[in-house]
Amino acid sequence: MKFIDEFRDKEIAEGLIRRIRKTSTRAIQLMEVCGTHTVSIFRYGIRGMLPEHITLLSGPGCPVCVTPNNDIDLAIALSRQKDVIIVTFGDMMKVPGSTSSLQKEKAEGRDIRIAYSSLDSLKIAKGHPEKKVVFLAIGFETTSPTIAVAILRAKEEGIQNLFFLNSQKRVPPALVTLLESKQVGIDGFILPGHVSTIIGTKPYQFISKKFGRPAVIAGFEPLDILQGIWMLIKQIEENRAAVEIQYRRVVHEEGNPTALSKIDEVFEEDEGNWRGLGIIPNSGYRFKEFYKEMDVRNFDVEVEPSREHPECLCGEVLQGIKTPLECRLFKRVCHPENPIGPCMVSIEGTCHTYFRFH
Amino acid sequence: MCLGIPGKVVEIEKNVAKVEVGGILRDISLDLCPEVSVGEYVLIHTGFAIQKVDEEEAKETLELLRKMAGVI
Repeated sequence: MKFIDEFRDKEIAEGLIRRIRKTSTRAIQLMEVCGTHTVSIFRYGIRGMLPEHITLLSGPGCPVCVTPNNDIDLAIALSRQKDVIIVTFGDMMKVPGSTSSLQKEKAEGRDIRIAYSSLDSLKIAKGHPEKKVVFLAIGFETTSPTIAVAILRAKEEGIQNLFFLNSQKRVPPALVTLLESKQVGIDGFILPGHVSTIIGTKPYQFISKKFGRPAVIAGFEPLDILQGIWMLIKQIEENRAAVEIQYRRVVHEEGNPTALSKIDEVFEEDEGNWRGLGIIPNSGYRFKEFYKEMDVRNFDVEVEPSREHPECLCGEVLQGIKTPLECRLFKRVCHPENPIGPCMVSIEGTCHTYFRFH
Repeated sequence: MCLGIPGKVVEIEKNVAKVEVGGILRDISLDLCPEVSVGEYVLIHTGFAIQKVDEEEAKETLELLRKMAGVI
């Protein structure tokens, strides 16, 4: 078993769609929180297979897309310092800040390097002791333990020239904001499979207990998503609300305790600033005292005032309030070669996905 | 960004595993998933194994899906 092709079987998919059609009677809106789900849903044409009364909304689950402009501007300002090397995941390169992007800065000769893993930043720091190496720590709970490991190792090895621009986010508090919003009605959530691999089911219990909505943690192959949708429909039709796991091969109720302990060693909960959603309590992390020296926000660097394109609808798109098709910039001015907002940059951004598949 | 891909562990040395993904061997950190053995599958995210892939659970899910879809 390779755990991929088996979950793309056409015959089973057709059977599941028949099952969904038979079970579903109510008009509902389901939100897929995660950008990786959005890509799969479009790639496999899942929206078109569902009955017309089931609407799928794309949510804020793209860490690149929700990174606020001022953090991009800070990274750009840091890259302009002569003694700084910026290390980043590739997705961040094209994200527009207020007046520039890391890609443009690299073209201007700044030392900006793309990493596959947080651990690459340690190698670069060790190889350049005369420079300050800054890793752009973005990501949800899937990525946070990997960043925590890099920080723990840097401390153990006594690496003094490695710093982190921490812009990580926690997913569950953002779901509270979406559920409390009056602007979009969500009848159920398809929850992110890999965030949940780390955090398990406990942090989501409020969805069913406080808000009375069903939620299913689903995998990313087409059969996973179809089964997840069916499980949500079944709960709704039976007037139940619970947090269930479809993606049982990697998600357990307790999550990954080793990974959670790494996060807990280095970070504590703090408010998070989300593009589009604003400041959300407990949706971010700050360094614990012992690791604060690695926080790049201690640097004294001048950052330009933050501004965004007035017509960009990324904020509304991230909340499922609008679709990219309602944005005046979409395809006309804003496209993957000239992204105006971050939702067009990331391969998991909703605008980018609409551009490729719609 | 939260992309995770399954790969098969073929060798382990301390806390780094050689993991096969699509015929290519990659060095993957086991810091977050220490209790894994050669021959098992792990879910890989940005160079780290973040969870073991449970083959029994995968088989059960597929079995259930076949039944639901009326393929059996």
